[in-house]
Amino acid sequence: MKVGVVSFPGSLDDVDAQRAVRIGGHEAVAVWHGDHDLRGVDAVVLPGGFSYGDYLRCGAISRFSPVMTEVVEAAGRGLPVLGICNGFQILCESHLLPGALIRNDHRKFVCRDQRLRIENNRTAWTSSYAEGAEVTIALKNGEGGFVADADTLERIEGEGQVVARYLEVNPNGSMRDIAGITNERGNVVGLMPHPEHAVEELTGVGTDGLGFFTSLAAATFARA
Amino acid sequence: MPKVVVDVMPKPEILDPQGKAVLGALPRLGFSGVTDVRQGKRFELELSGEVTEEVLDQVRQMAETLLSNPVIENFELRVEQDA
Repeated sequence: MKVGVVSFPGSLDDVDAQRAVRIGGHEAVAVWHGDHDLRGVDAVVLPGGFSYGDYLRCGAISRFSPVMTEVVEAAGRGLPVLGICNGFQILCESHLLPGALIRNDHRKFVCRDQRLRIENNRTAWTSSYAEGAEVTIALKNGEGGFVADADTLERIEGEGQVVARYLEVNPNGSMRDIAGITNERGNVVGLMPHPEHAVEELTGVGTDGLGFFTSLAAATFARA
Repeated sequence: MPKVVVDVMPKPEILDPQGKAVLGALPRLGFSGVTDVRQGKRFELELSGEVTEEVLDQVRQMAETLLSNPVIENFELRVEQDA
């Protein structure tokens, strides 16, 4: 599959995400934030970083970049979209995902190998995992606290839209230990930890993150 | 030139870690009697023409779509005429 990775001004992990896409068995396509063009890709990754310097709010400016018009429209048609860290913030600002991400409750940037449980393996990005699988993936954020109003929380819990939950430690004050969520359809996933940093034995904590990039093929085969 | 001021504040139920940090710093500086601090943002929009109801509606839309995130923030706007 062709997987587009969007580069915004201030993206940091776009090249790592491209690499993870390739290791996951796909063709990585660089997509530019300023273009109204998704270059015919079959899926999109919004990578981590500090797009537009996190000015105004994390993801608030990126959400209005030309490429996001295309991403929002394509996501509505079912295109798989994965937002990692800053990408998750952009998806919330775009209203493709419910809730918002605010500054960590302890006010410090956090960088750690984070234990997670995959709670929904029926999304385009998690079908390679067994439901309830426990994985360790790098986490690094300053504004990773997931918040939503009580009704929204009840709804996403009830509909199984919580994709991943923090285990052992809640690293940023996220409500209900939520590390990642999906939309109702399961094609859009936002995740605060960084699976693209956990795809090779040589670096990082292991290869537990690879499943996010191999799931795409499985999801496509299941549809075919 | 007329100016519209938009004040954006975190919703009361949303944790405000920055406000908490300021609250924690005040007693260390010898200030007492402050029981809570909430930190927000203030936008000053300089307008080219008269501030009509239509213009205010537009500013309201700006505040809803870009200046604030309605999921976590409330906003208020007011017109300030420069002397």
